[in-house]
Amino acid sequence: MSAVFAAVSTDAPIFVAQNVFFAVVALLMVGSALKVVTTSNVVHAALWLVLVLAGAAAQFILLGSEFVAVTQVLVYIGAVVVLFLFGVMLTRASMGDDESVAGEKRSMAAVVAGLLLAVMSVALIDSFSDDRVVIDQPQLVTTVADSIFSQYIVPFEAISVLLLAALIGAIVVARRD
Amino acid sequence: MSEFLRSYLTVAIFGLVGLALVGAFLGLGRILRPDHPTPQKLESYESGVDPTGDTWSQANIRYYIFALLFVIFDVEAVFIFPWAIRLDAYGAFGLIEMGIFIFILLLGLIYAWRKGVLRWA
Amino acid sequence: MMTLGELAYWELTSLRVAGGLAAVLLVAGTLVYIHLFKLVSFMQSRLGPMEAGPYGSLQLLAEVGKFLQKEDIFPRKADRFVFAAAPFVVLMSTFLLVVVVPGGPDAWFVDNDLGIYLAMAVSSVSVIGVLMAGWGSANKYSLMGGLRATGQLIAYELPLMLAVVGVVIEAGTMNMQGIVLAQANGSIFGWSGLGNPFLLTQFVGFFVFMIAMQAELTQSPFDMPIAESELVTGYMTEYSGMRFLMFFIGEFATAGVFSAVAAVLFLGGWYVPGLDATSNVFNVIGPLVMLGKVVFLSFLVFWFRFTFPRFREDQLQRLAWKFLIPIALVNIVATGILKVAF
Repeated sequence: MSAVFAAVSTDAPIFVAQNVFFAVVALLMVGSALKVVTTSNVVHAALWLVLVLAGAAAQFILLGSEFVAVTQVLVYIGAVVVLFLFGVMLTRASMGDDESVAGEKRSMAAVVAGLLLAVMSVALIDSFSDDRVVIDQPQLVTTVADSIFSQYIVPFEAISVLLLAALIGAIVVARRD
Repeated sequence: MSEFLRSYLTVAIFGLVGLALVGAFLGLGRILRPDHPTPQKLESYESGVDPTGDTWSQANIRYYIFALLFVIFDVEAVFIFPWAIRLDAYGAFGLIEMGIFIFILLLGLIYAWRKGVLRWA
Repeated sequence: MMTLGELAYWELTSLRVAGGLAAVLLVAGTLVYIHLFKLVSFMQSRLGPMEAGPYGSLQLLAEVGKFLQKEDIFPRKADRFVFAAAPFVVLMSTFLLVVVVPGGPDAWFVDNDLGIYLAMAVSSVSVIGVLMAGWGSANKYSLMGGLRATGQLIAYELPLMLAVVGVVIEAGTMNMQGIVLAQANGSIFGWSGLGNPFLLTQFVGFFVFMIAMQAELTQSPFDMPIAESELVTGYMTEYSGMRFLMFFIGEFATAGVFSAVAAVLFLGGWYVPGLDATSNVFNVIGPLVMLGKVVFLSFLVFWFRFTFPRFREDQLQRLAWKFLIPIALVNIVATGILKVAF
């Protein structure tokens, strides 16, 4: 998140509207994220997650990265959340609240989440403390394409193997025999 | 940059117009429509007989496997699009790289095919 | 049109919103009248609606007036919020989809470099609305219908996206205006009499795209999720009155917008051969040309709808995974090789 803050407070022209939109979207994301973990209905949690992910896409737009933003919508909202909802609806999507997500598990989860936040904060502040990201141009999709197919060509091919492994793993786990 | 942000503001406004339109239609209906709920009217519809059991029914687990396959191929498509617009510049190198990428994922599809996952029964 | 550049952002955006409402609602109404009321009636040797207005042309308004007076029923067991929000999500997705469709060289909503990719992303959001409707209704039919619909929508989204890739390779851009201009200024092996409508050079892509589009619109033969004889209209079972009408409008509006996207991708969009593509004339006749192409493509959709019987679930998934996706991938490879070779 520190990179986001830096991006809107550079010496380059500061767009007030950009800051305002960042704040509104960020508050919306934090609010929705809290609902994801506090609601005791699993389907509602997945739907609140849609808002968090849409907010992340909006933040990417504010950072000028349209390709990442649209990919966020396509893959996370259009595919991963659908997978979540499928999983929930196929197993236990009875209406109303699910008692098993309340209780002492919740305080344990809060401790883990707090620790994770601390670790992430330290790591991010440590690596980017004084860095400033100057964004005065939106990032073109051709730039993304050129860096994938030059600098990151090996990771790109490795991704296909990773996806293949995920696919085979899913099939092996899902089949009964 | 401001031109860029404005174009996405237009996209967001169109989304809000969609929401407002549904709200306007429903609001207009609220003025005109009657409201006489009865317990029978508010029951879940089950072909005219009283609903039995829970409202939730177990669905086929195969849907989940298809959703998993979908996520994986969706990620593949994400990489194909930027490649497609720059293919002119990459030439044969781009073709070979993407050929390998698609071939490896086709292996996955063939695996799913051979394991009978794509068969619905 | 000369003054378009001088307008302030909010003035331009108001114009675009008005244009967007017309592009969604008027086109949806036109398609309902031409195809659903008249075309199907003629196919079945009857006249269709004739009383409201000349040749029944005001029938749709009468229908809306009827729906406005219907009681709004929330099933007792339904999840009120999710149940109420579902139609909003579905129609929002349609309105987000229409932004990428251009109507002329200067008559566009958003001139976006991601164009068709953005369209694919926002159209996938409607899946969430369908699942919300199916689950929120607290009805066995609705849940079954919602899950079937989602399974179908995601299975056919892949061939839809992969069919577009061939067009993107040929045009070298995902920008919708760029795709129109690539067809207007292109040539087929040196012959530029018609430009290069991708219908001719990407016929495999067109074939896959139209089938996948039929499935995305859940039109027969892909209407199993809303099969009235077994699932009582599936995820829409519990919706009544205006809320049902919202899904109905969404169905036809999406049919119109998807046809418009297909018209841009394969039929040259607002361009007609013989005129200069940069001519100002297209800002006036472009939207009409688009309307003509939309009516033609949606005619194909509804022609298939009224001709073929419903697929079974297993046939549906088999067609998508074992037929459309492989040939779409082969089409990408073949188009890529031809592009690099020539």
